[in-house]
Amino acid sequence: MLPCAGFAPPTHGHSPDGRCGRSGCAQEAVSRVNIIVCVKQIPDPETPAASFRVDEAAKKVIPAQGIAPVVNPYDPQATEAALRLNEADGGGHVTVLSLGPESARDAIKHALAMGADEGVLITGAEFDGIDNFQTARALAAAIQKVGEPDLILMGRAAADWDMGVVPTGVASILGIPVVTLAKAIEKSGNALKVERVLDDGFQTVEVSTPAVVSISNEFGEPRYPQLRQIMLAAKKTVQIWSATDLGIAEQMGAANRDLTLEALYVPKVESNVEIIEGDTPEEKARNLALKLRAAKLI
Amino acid sequence: MAGILVIAESVEGKVAPISGELIGAAKKLSGEGAGQVTALIAGDEALAQELIGKGADNAIAATNAGLASGTADAYLGAVESAVSQSGADIILLGQTSLGRDLGPALAFKYGSAVAMDCVDLKIEGGRLHATRSAYGGNARAVVGFKGSPAVATVKAKSFDAPEGVSGSGSVSTIDAGGESRVKVVGTSKAETTGIRLEDAPVVVSGGRGLGDPSAFEMLEQLAKMLRGATGASRAACDLGWYPPAQQVGLTGKTVSPNLYIAVAISGASQHMAGMAGSKNIVAINKDADANMVRVSKFAIIEDYRKVIPALIEEIKKLA
Repeated sequence: MLPCAGFAPPTHGHSPDGRCGRSGCAQEAVSRVNIIVCVKQIPDPETPAASFRVDEAAKKVIPAQGIAPVVNPYDPQATEAALRLNEADGGGHVTVLSLGPESARDAIKHALAMGADEGVLITGAEFDGIDNFQTARALAAAIQKVGEPDLILMGRAAADWDMGVVPTGVASILGIPVVTLAKAIEKSGNALKVERVLDDGFQTVEVSTPAVVSISNEFGEPRYPQLRQIMLAAKKTVQIWSATDLGIAEQMGAANRDLTLEALYVPKVESNVEIIEGDTPEEKARNLALKLRAAKLI
Repeated sequence: MAGILVIAESVEGKVAPISGELIGAAKKLSGEGAGQVTALIAGDEALAQELIGKGADNAIAATNAGLASGTADAYLGAVESAVSQSGADIILLGQTSLGRDLGPALAFKYGSAVAMDCVDLKIEGGRLHATRSAYGGNARAVVGFKGSPAVATVKAKSFDAPEGVSGSGSVSTIDAGGESRVKVVGTSKAETTGIRLEDAPVVVSGGRGLGDPSAFEMLEQLAKMLRGATGASRAACDLGWYPPAQQVGLTGKTVSPNLYIAVAISGASQHMAGMAGSKNIVAINKDADANMVRVSKFAIIEDYRKVIPALIEEIKKLA
């Protein structure tokens, strides 16, 4: 058996309960690395545009029939980032948080099937119609209730509203730094090195934990849950917390909203399409080539 | 209302185009009763003077060297000074690397609110209202602000920069900076191998409707002739038909070429989110009711297998 170097954080595989399997390791029950991943369930962005409907009076999207909501496509990358960090670090604990309706349990289950350890669903009628400040407030309260995380990871934005402000909001409320649009993360002790995506290139930054990091789509493909993991995930616990449990019910009220949704509608697309005619596919192709040339597009 | 603060940015020593557009947006709001337009820029007084030339009523040069890092943390002190100096209750930023981080950081700092990537702004009932795209472009949302200062980032090319400005405003400097908890240790430009999808003037993309991964060879041939790049929808990438790096859409690249040829792509919001900014769209699809056909300039309703080879031949003849 290899001797343990004994420094924190462990550079070899302490088991998830923090105990070291190596001989002579003084770090019994050393504090393990805690990562919290926030995920959101959204209407499937692959929904055909023709099936997308809005109830303009209620200012809500009408769920497309037969198309189940999905986990926000950026979020599995945040879960992937958490799992890779823990694999590199030799253990650790990943808690998945989701704020949403009861069905958002599926988004949590997806992360658990990827390998996260436990889940928390923050749900209740108090959260209906909350703004992004209130969302950040609720997640921050839940993060504080989970414990003292080393790292909080989120997808770059939720693809429904596509604002990308919640990571900064949570960090601001918790008083910790935030790094957005990460494409790679290295963790060494409480130092993080993050490569981030800029408009015209990349930037490497250093920051110390605890911190919030949002993961960009450039991070790479998330792992696909295997059947065995999906079955294991069914046994993992998902706690349910209400606004009252978090002591924030009052703060979720409409009076505390600084951003109000005034209107939601499907923009009328003036279809000006010119269907290229022709007796044969070849003739259509010729007519298109001529049109493109006339419009100086080729 | 007490005024608008524009957070301007520079590119290679000049005021960035988006910043001129922000001044254009601010002047529109000013005309609706939002007060004077103050513009802040990291740099020297000459750069601030350039903002006056672009229509700002006042310009502030933030001279603190720390701002060069471009982190939101570093900017906070300068913006706070500018807000108290100008009394602005609206802050406008570009939807840029800086704006994406600084916009929300300011809103949460002030306990107000932020709307991102806005395409229209107006004052109604003494409050700022912002229009933005949601659900991958399938919906438009109008949001209203209550708290102050109201913070909004603006999508590029949503407003015109003011023209024919007389340019008589005052320029001042502030030195406020901020300790950044995020330390920048390196930057690099995106590497280019061949034509980058994001830069290509022509993009030819294929979707699940191709039915066959080998069809991409045909699309590549067409793209090459047009000196363009080849893209794919997420559905096609998920099937392993084309490299994920070439994916156009919400979870892939965002492109806005002069010509976008969508082959056998229905036009779900996942894909539209990545290419809706294309100047001219051509759809080749069997389904006349496909969303992609509706939004395109020209469309051929036909099996692409018969159209693409013929199109390649026709373009050869024209060359």
